[in-house]
Amino acid sequence: MADAAIHGHEHEDNRGFFTRWFMSTNHKDIGILYLIVSALVGLVSVIFTVYMRMELMEPGVQYMCMEGWRLTAAAVADCTPNGHLWNVMITGHGILMMFFVVIPALFGGFGNYFMPLQIGAPDMAFPRMNNLSFWLYVAGTTLAVCSVFSPGGNGQLGSGVGWVLYPPLSTNEGGYSMDLAIFAVHVSGASSILGAINMITTFLNMRAPGMTLFKVPLFSWSIFVTSWLILLSLPVLAGAITMLLTDRNFGTTFFDPSGGGDPILYQHILWFFGHPEVYIVILPGFGIISHVIATFSRKPVFGYLPMVWAIIAIGALGFVVWAHHMYTVGMSLQQQSYFMLATMVIAVPTGVKVFSWIATMWGGSLEFKTPMMFALGFLVLFTIGGVTGVVLSQAGVDRAYHDTYYVVAHFHYVMSLGAVFAIFSGVYFYFPKMAGRMYNETLGHIHFWMFFIGANLTFFPQHFLGRQGMPRRYIDYPEAFASYNYISSLGAFLSFASFLLFFAIIIMALRSGAKVTENNPWNEYADTLEWTLPSPPPEHTFEQLPKQEDWDKAPSH
Amino acid sequence: MAHAKNHDYHILNPSIWPLLGSIFGFVMLFGAVMWMHENGPWMFLIGLVGVLYVMFGWWSETITENQVGDHTPVVLIGLRYGFILFIMSEIMFFFAWFWSFFKHAMYPMDPGGNSPAIDGIWPPAGIETFDPWHLPLINTLILLCSGAAATWAHHALVHEDNRKDIKSGLVIAIVLGLIFTVFQAYEYSHAAFGFSGNIYGANFYMATGFHGFHVVVGTIFLFICLLRVLRGHFTATNHLGFEAAAWYWHFVDVVWLFLFCAVYVWGG
Repeated sequence: MADAAIHGHEHEDNRGFFTRWFMSTNHKDIGILYLIVSALVGLVSVIFTVYMRMELMEPGVQYMCMEGWRLTAAAVADCTPNGHLWNVMITGHGILMMFFVVIPALFGGFGNYFMPLQIGAPDMAFPRMNNLSFWLYVAGTTLAVCSVFSPGGNGQLGSGVGWVLYPPLSTNEGGYSMDLAIFAVHVSGASSILGAINMITTFLNMRAPGMTLFKVPLFSWSIFVTSWLILLSLPVLAGAITMLLTDRNFGTTFFDPSGGGDPILYQHILWFFGHPEVYIVILPGFGIISHVIATFSRKPVFGYLPMVWAIIAIGALGFVVWAHHMYTVGMSLQQQSYFMLATMVIAVPTGVKVFSWIATMWGGSLEFKTPMMFALGFLVLFTIGGVTGVVLSQAGVDRAYHDTYYVVAHFHYVMSLGAVFAIFSGVYFYFPKMAGRMYNETLGHIHFWMFFIGANLTFFPQHFLGRQGMPRRYIDYPEAFASYNYISSLGAFLSFASFLLFFAIIIMALRSGAKVTENNPWNEYADTLEWTLPSPPPEHTFEQLPKQEDWDKAPSH
Repeated sequence: MAHAKNHDYHILNPSIWPLLGSIFGFVMLFGAVMWMHENGPWMFLIGLVGVLYVMFGWWSETITENQVGDHTPVVLIGLRYGFILFIMSEIMFFFAWFWSFFKHAMYPMDPGGNSPAIDGIWPPAGIETFDPWHLPLINTLILLCSGAAATWAHHALVHEDNRKDIKSGLVIAIVLGLIFTVFQAYEYSHAAFGFSGNIYGANFYMATGFHGFHVVVGTIFLFICLLRVLRGHFTATNHLGFEAAAWYWHFVDVVWLFLFCAVYVWGG
């Protein structure tokens, strides 16, 4: 087999449905599976937020009642507030988005599909294990969904402890919903670690002949660095939540002061994972954005090498800044000063990236296709989120902002508006490649504008709410915060409508979109290897490994 | 392999193992939660048997693939990368347990509730720890000797192709690994502190317990290698399973050295 000399002939895809989608060892099919499942989980998670924004639209509790949850507003007199249901919603939204939507979409979906293609590898290094990653992700999602519907705290269903699972809330929550949530995170962690091992090995071992490390396209680099963050941070989280599990069920006292334990220790270990996690979420997005901006500016990306080193630097710094999430727990002044300084340093490599993207566009011939619109949206919104991040990084200022809506606004600007815009940019950019059909450009623009306006309406007022002192994680608020909350809810509904439109666009494009006949529907600046393949690519790609002139375009640009 | 390809990478046929493994994994963990909440171990045990079956089936298939020559030199390099990365993730798992241990040993909580202004004492009052220079020291030597025996077998395989020495080395490594596990169980049964209710016991048992679990896994891994040696597997250039087992065993060794130095000697 290894020395088979015949190559290049077309063979038909004769796999049955079950074989192709349930027993897959094909990185492209597994990537598609990841994208579909994460889109569906994303829909569930977004429905949670819409329901939460309905509740927050007006002061007083109108929807989440002890008498039962409702879809039409109740008179305040008829509704006893059900804080547990609210808490389950925020917990579910956080856990689903962090572990079961954004990582699977960017890392599992795009990473699986395009990283091997970009480096000219015929498949992943461990194709069978790749499928294990996917199915463990499904198993983890199932556990998470079971958790929401299992007996939990306060004699109700589900756990309402927040996605960070801080003790003593998480150790005291009744029922077994919390235990299922812990195992859900374990399983999704195992899935991501196996994925990371696979990606790193593929990247190191299977690059096309002549493709040295610093000739690898930026998206593949971002996946490589992300993999390292996953590999080194998720096992630490696994340890922390195992401690939670034994504290809950076997009487250990890791986080229980009555037995000599320390609840703050959990926060340290959690955020040692949690901060790299933030970059796990955003780095692949950086990679996609680089390719999209270069393509639609008709220029090679500005400063390739600094871009690579910026990714590496962000990844490395991500491990040494964790305690800026916990300035208010009583750390010493020296510790706070250190974490503040280290955090601000991250603005440097991030600035390198933002300015390089701008420089890429500078003097370019810009083409405002839908992926480019989302990339531009990403650039603006991620920068806003990054700037509020620098504000929050100051320990003194954070005293006022900690656990207010300012923080909510900040991290939604970098994640909901950063990572998610990057996902949409990637979906539209790569859709013709993956599906062999073109989406509707006009509808794509409508989707962008609806989402851009909706997301900003949702989150921009939350900065003001935070500055006025509105705390996060509450079901209700005083009259004084009413108007901004009203606007914010309207924005959430508009974003939700845009998300539904997105599904419609994709379904329409799959059914009746114009066929894409050429390998590269964009232009010659989409010059990585995936654009040399047919759309959609055949079952097996690069059975004949690519030649250097297929991808090494530096001299001609 | 059905497809014509012109490269040395390993393109696999579709496989049912990942799906099966995930289903059984789900059943096992859901069953574990049921078991923890007094609903009996049955669901957990069914899942566990399923997971073990998948491991057996999957890795048997991998060994077969190795034997029929699917593992070309470049694939072998990839598998080595993969295994080293797996060990790195394991190290980071232990990192969490050491973190908890060092935190509590260096900044013990004050029983009067004055932490962090005032530290408590370590080991906590009323905890009688093990004398590191008795059974723990013996166990250290046993595990190190076991590692040396595994290295002897490795050397015999790579440099001399001396099948007899390979077998002897592996048998010694496995037996010493078993003795270590037995001694560790004996130590647990004679401990003067419990698992629950105190932070010392929590740290001690979870850290050494997870290490002990890895010793058991490593022993099984070496045992599989012994079976394969008896069937005539492994050559000087293609002995990936053996190499991985040896690496794993050394990793288990090193974790123990850290446990011995930190938990038993310094923190006791």
